[in-house]
This record gives sequence, structure tokens and C-alpha cells, in this order.
Amino acid sequence: MESTIVFYLLSALSVISALFVVFSRSPIYSVLSLIVCFFTIAGHYIMLNAQFLAIIHIIVYAGAIMVLMLFTVMLLNLNKELGTHKFNLTKLMAVITGGLMFLVIIASVKSSSLANYQAPAYLNIGNAEDIGMKLFTDYLLPFEISSVLFVSAMISAVLLAKKEVK
Amino acid sequence: MNPITNPESTTNWYLFLSCLLFSIGVMGVLFRKNALIILMCIELMLNAVNLLLVSFSAYSGNTDGQTFVFFIMVVAAAEVAVGLALMVSIYRNIGSIDIQSLNKLKW
Amino acid sequence: MNNTMNLLTMITPAMMIPIFPLLGFLILSLFGKKLGLMSGWIASMAILGSFLCSINLFIGLEGDQQLNFSIFNWINSGDLQIEFGFLIDQLSLIMLLVVTGIGFLIHLYSIGYMHHDEGFTRFFSYLNLFVFFMLLLVMGNNYAVMFIGWEGVGLCSYLLIGFWFKNPDYNNAAKKAFIMNRIGDLGFLIGIFALIFHFGTLDFIDVQNQLTGFESNAPILVFITLMLFIGATGKSAQLPLYTWLPDAMAGPTPVSALIHAATMVTAGIYMICRSNLLFALAPYTLHIILIVGVATSLFAAIIGIKQNDIKKVLAYSTVSQLGLMFAAIGLGAFESSLFHVMTHAFFKALLFLGAGSVIHAMGGEQDIRKMGGLSKSIKITFVTFLIATLAISGIFPFAGFFSKDEILAKAFEHNLLAWALLSISSMITAFYMFRLLFLVFYGQFRGTEQQAKHLHESPISMTFPLMVLAILSAFGGFFGLPAVFDSTHQLNVFLAPIFNASKLVTTEVHALSHSQEWMLMGIATFAALMSIFFAFSLYIKKQQLPENDADLTGFSKIVANKFYVDEFYHKVFVNPIMIISDLLLVLVDKLIIDMVVNLTAIIVDALGRLYRLIQTGSTGFYLIAMVLSMVIVMFIQIIL
Repeated sequence: MESTIVFYLLSALSVISALFVVFSRSPIYSVLSLIVCFFTIAGHYIMLNAQFLAIIHIIVYAGAIMVLMLFTVMLLNLNKELGTHKFNLTKLMAVITGGLMFLVIIASVKSSSLANYQAPAYLNIGNAEDIGMKLFTDYLLPFEISSVLFVSAMISAVLLAKKEVK
Repeated sequence: MNPITNPESTTNWYLFLSCLLFSIGVMGVLFRKNALIILMCIELMLNAVNLLLVSFSAYSGNTDGQTFVFFIMVVAAAEVAVGLALMVSIYRNIGSIDIQSLNKLKW
Repeated sequence: MNNTMNLLTMITPAMMIPIFPLLGFLILSLFGKKLGLMSGWIASMAILGSFLCSINLFIGLEGDQQLNFSIFNWINSGDLQIEFGFLIDQLSLIMLLVVTGIGFLIHLYSIGYMHHDEGFTRFFSYLNLFVFFMLLLVMGNNYAVMFIGWEGVGLCSYLLIGFWFKNPDYNNAAKKAFIMNRIGDLGFLIGIFALIFHFGTLDFIDVQNQLTGFESNAPILVFITLMLFIGATGKSAQLPLYTWLPDAMAGPTPVSALIHAATMVTAGIYMICRSNLLFALAPYTLHIILIVGVATSLFAAIIGIKQNDIKKVLAYSTVSQLGLMFAAIGLGAFESSLFHVMTHAFFKALLFLGAGSVIHAMGGEQDIRKMGGLSKSIKITFVTFLIATLAISGIFPFAGFFSKDEILAKAFEHNLLAWALLSISSMITAFYMFRLLFLVFYGQFRGTEQQAKHLHESPISMTFPLMVLAILSAFGGFFGLPAVFDSTHQLNVFLAPIFNASKLVTTEVHALSHSQEWMLMGIATFAALMSIFFAFSLYIKKQQLPENDADLTGFSKIVANKFYVDEFYHKVFVNPIMIISDLLLVLVDKLIIDMVVNLTAIIVDALGRLYRLIQTGSTGFYLIAMVLSMVIVMFIQIIL
């Protein structure tokens, strides 16, 4: 019973923080509320018995990515309002399109056989050992290649962000 | 009602939640003009997908879904690094990261 | 058992025969620039290799043995199976020896003749390519492989006629040869299709085996043979497609010797001999061949009298001799025709090479009115040229005498009119050949002072082939001694397995008695001597010179202008085509096709102007458009 309450609580919190990301006037608040959203998602992971992933999630997103975002906001001094929040046609279109997207996705999920999916019995999954086994056996090649991706991302980020020598 | 012990009743809820988060992300991308916030909304969309994958993984009793989430995180981290670098260099050149000012793609 | 083993060991040398020239061609065309003068020797050695392999085969195959093997399955379409295979039998052996043997001598000659030319390497690579295709033509075991060779030699002939491509006249001559050949090739191709349609195979032996059930003069056979004969008229320069051969003399002289005298132009005769049973079953076609052959022989001989270019005279004599060979085929005397092919290859190659030597000595001059008295300064050339001239005129005991006499005897058996006309043609041949000889080598020198100083004998690499060919021209006739000399006709015995089947279907006329044969030989020799004497009295005694073109009147003017055949073809075929194409250019191309193309462009342009309004450049708008389209796509998918 508690888990149901926790689920609804977390869900409500993630939706509200997500909405706040979109509608907040200041980028700093957007970043902070996105961090909140990520924490709630980590909570969902724990509820789904994916503890290892939850920890990784917090470390990567809240710890690394969002800090990077914050630094960018501060370094570029972006914390001022860009334009006004006047409700123009583009924004109306944006909201309508987003809503339509939601409807279509829900409809497609409903029409798929997923809704009637019968899950097999619960297995002990989600711990570090389990994922480690998967990563280093079945997914060894993608795992190694992802390191190449990282290197290339790192190099390109440095190249893009460095000041041009004149 | 434990979502793990009673799967049928909650699969739909996780589906619903992640669809909602995804749509909020899409709306954010369309709604805002600040490129940084758009980037954040893309992160939000990625996380919605991650959540869905983890829930599927839990219900099917298969670790593969979680492994995919792991790889998505890798890609997301790389994407953010490159995206922010792009933003910095755009800001340096134009003095703004408003996507309305990036209108060179026209006849 | 032993025999089959023996045959299997022959496959390798047989394969090597065409591979040598192909390798030579590849080496010369890929690394030619670095090789320089070496390339001539490489090319010659390649042909020598083929020649030695051919000799190996010649010795190895006994009696009526033949080597028939497939290399790979080439065309595989439904019921039709065409293999890429070779057939080596007595007929192809003769041709192989002639092609590679004379080809080698001419390669050797070209090293000396062409050594100043900037296209030295290119020349030899083309020559090697030509020999390769000629070998394919001769060795193929079905009509399709033969056709590759057939087209290939046409291509090489084109390349070599237009070898000095900076001269537009030479290029036009090359184009003319190619187009004339194409007309014939169309006939050949139709013949091949008819063969496929009717027999379901192109294999020589399969076709021959299927022929047993056919009546003589079955319409389909007449049709096929007529079409094949049209192909032969193109390649072998018969009436009405002969006009390319005299123009083909634009190429270097060794080319004229190899391609346009000794080998390629005899391909038509080879092809007909190859399908001899087919032709023997179609006497109608044979009759047409006889008419065309005799007419060509006489016609070309008459034109030859009034030519003043040393190579043109030889070219018309080649056409005339080819006519003689076709006449022999028309009489059903395939082996006599082949005999003449062989002897003709010897003496005509020698004549052309000798002419090349003369031109070399004269520094490029080809007009016989500006020569004369050369016998003193170029002795070897003169002697060999004299032997060849005696051979072509049919003087005993030179090679031409025997082969020509055999054909005339056959004509006498079958058709007196043909015999009379061919005899006249031989007389004329003897006349204009001696006219050429007297004008070039006797009398006073009529060239410039500079040329007189320049006169010199050619180097040994040029005179050696001349001497070898002179020996062959002198004694080549002894391969086929007629029965009167109480000896066996070795060539006929050798070729017997090829023509046995067709001998059975052709109506055998009673053989001539020995006295008749003696009489025919006497008449032929007497006629030749008469014309030689006539030529002697005109050009040595009276020192008469051919008139300038402008002074000619009446019939001789018409002859000197080659009966205006070229002009006639130009008026009747070329001009209407030009008019039609001009019309099509204005009506169809400019009006209709251009309009369609431009209209498409205009529509695309207008649509582009319209659609570019959508391109606002606003990223937000693009994003919304993208998401909306995704929504629509998903929506459609759900509905469906």
C-alpha cells in the first residue's frame, strides 16, 4: 500500500517538475527543477528494483550533466529572460502539437498488445552483478565502442568550445 | 499495491507516466526559444524513454532493458557535452542562443 | 585411349595461342611508354610464341583428329547454351599457321618500317590485339565466339586505318571501313539469330550434325546462308560493299599487308568454309556467291588498270583476288578457295611489304608516276617484288599459278561463262601488276633530286620477311599440286575431313581429263604472258606514262574514277540520310524533345519558386513541422 502512495507521489512530483522546466522564466530554475525531476525518476528506478541504475542515474545526470548545464548558464550569463512570454501563435501551436503527440502515443500504446502483456514471474534482477554480467558478455562490443564515442565526444567538445587562435 | 508483485495493474501507469513526460519534453522543445532549455527538454525525453525501458525490464524479468538504459545514458552524456560546446561557440559568434536568431537556413 | 590422352595434352598449347598476343597487347598498352623500341620485339615474340604453339598443334594432330574444348559457359539463357570454346581442326590449323606465321613476319617488318613513328608502341599493341581477335575468330567453336573475333578485327582494322589520326582523310577512311563492315555484320548477326532460332545452337559441329535431315535448297537454309554471305561481303570486300578496302590503304603499309590483304579480309571465306555443309545444301546461295565473286573479280581488276597509287593498285588487286576466291566457293570448290587464300596471303603480303619498302625508299611517295628505275638501288625489294608479281600473275611454277589454275579448272567444269570471265580477270591482273612493276622499277627515275639521293635499301628486319615470303610465294604452290603432275594434292588430303560431308551433297561433275587440264594451263599461261608482253610494249618500249587525271577522257576517265561508285553511294545512301537526319533534327529533336525537356525544367523551376516560400529559416517552425508530421504519420498508422 505504501508503495502505491510512493508511486503516485513520485509521479506527481516528476510531472510537476517537468512542467516547471518548460514554463519557468529563468533558466536557473529550469535547471534546478530538472534536477528534481531526475531525482524522482531515480526514485522510480528504485521502486522498479533497479538500484544500480538509480545510483548511476544520479551520478551521471544530477552529478555531471546538470552541473555542466549550470556552469554553462552561469558562464554565458544566460540567466536573463529571453523575449517575453507573450502567448503568440507559435506557442499555441507548440502546446497543441505537444498535446497531439501525447494523444497519439497513448493511442498507439493502447492499440498495441502491450496493454495486455502478461509478465513472467519476478526474477532477482537489477543489481550490479547482473548488469555487469550482461555488459561484459552479451554487450561487450557496444560497451567498448561506447568508450570510443566518449573520446570522440570529448575531442569534439574541446575543439568546438576553444577560442579560435588568431 | 506493490508494482512489482502486482504487475498487471501498474504497467499501464508507468506507460502513461513516461508518455506524459515525453510529451512534456516535446512541448518544451517547441515552446521555448532558449536553446539551452531545448537541450534540457531533450534530456527529459531521453529520461522518459529510460523509465519505460526500466519498467519493461522489471516486468519481463530481463536485464537487457537496463543495459539499454546504460547505453542511452552514455549517448546522452556525449550529446550534452557536444551540445553545450556547440552552444558556447554559437554564443561566442552571435552573442545569443535564441533559436530565433539562427535563421540563416532560408532562401 | 592413347589418342584421347594425346589430345588432352594439346589443350594447353591451344589455349596459349590466343593468350600470347593478348598478353603482348596488355603489356604494351599498360607499360608501353617505358618500353620504347623494345615493344616491337615484345610484340613479335608474342606472335612467334603463338606460331610455335600452332606448329606444335599441327604436328600433334593426326589424320582427322580435332580438338574441341570449352573454356567456360558463356551465355546461359533458357534453352540456349553458348560455350566459350575452341575448335582446332585442319581448317583452323591452316588459318592459324597463316595468321601467326605471316603475322610474325609482318611484326618483324614493322619494327624496321615504323621505328621513326611516334606511335610505335601503340602500333604494336594494336597489331597484337588484332592478332588476338583474329585467332579468336579462327579458333572459336561456335558462331558467337567467331563473332567476337569478327567484330574485334573490325575494331582493330578501324584503329589501324585511322592510326595517323591527325589526318582527317585517314579518319574518314577508318570510319568508312567501320560502317561498311557494320552493314555486313548486320547480315551476319541476322544469320546467327536465324541459326539460334532454327537450330537452337551455334556450335559448328552441332549445327552440322543437325543438317543431315535437310533437303537441298530448304528456304531456311537459303536465308541463313544468304545472311552469312552478306556478312562475308562486308568483311571480305565484295561487291557492293567493297569500297572501304581501297580507302583502308590510309593505314600504315604493314597494316595493309597483314589486315587488308593476308588475314582479316579472308575471314569471310573462312567463315563460309567453316559452314561449308550449310552452304553446300543451299545451291541458290552458291549461285549468287558465284555471280558476286566473278563480278567483283572483273570489276576490281578493271579499276586496277587505271590506278596510280602503288597501294591502291594492290588494294584493287586484293578485291579482285577475293572475288576469285568467292567464285571458287560459288563453284562448291571450298578447298580450292582455301588454297588460294593461303597462296594469296603469301604473295599479297609480300607485294604490300615490298610496296612498303619502295615507299620507305622514296621517303613516303606513293604515286607510281613519280617513281621508275628503282631496280638498281633496291635490289632485294625488286627481286622479291618480281617473284610476287609473277606469282599473282599465275606464271608457272609460282604459288599463284597452282591455286588460280585449280579455280579456273573448277570453273571450266561447272560454268564456261564464269571460266571465261575469270580468265579475262586474270589476264587483266597480270597486265596491271606488270604495269606497276615496270613503272616502278624500270625506265628513268621521275622523282625529285632529293629523293634520288635518299634512295636506299631497307634494313635487314624489313628485307628478311621479304625474303621468307618470297620463298613461300615461289614454292607455296607445291602444297597443292594438281593431279596431272602425278602427285597427291597434299592440301586437299589434309583438309579432307572438313569437306567430306559437303562433297557428298554437291553434284560432282566428271573430273577433267588430263589433256583438258594441260590445255587449260596452257591457255592461262599464254594469256598471262600475252598481257605481260602488252604491258612491256606499252611501258618499256614506248615509255608511256599514265596521263594526268585531268587529261583523261571517255571510258578511261570513268575507270580512273572507279566507276563513280563512291559518288553513287554518296548520292543514293549518304545524302538522303543526311537530309532525313536534318529533318529529324529540326522537327523531332529541336521541336518535340527540346520542348519536353524544357517544359520539365520550367515546371520544376516554378514549383521550386513556390515551395521556397515555406523555407522561413525559423528553427522553431521547422521543429513544429517535424513533430506535426511525426504525429500525422503515427496517426495514420493507428488508423490503418
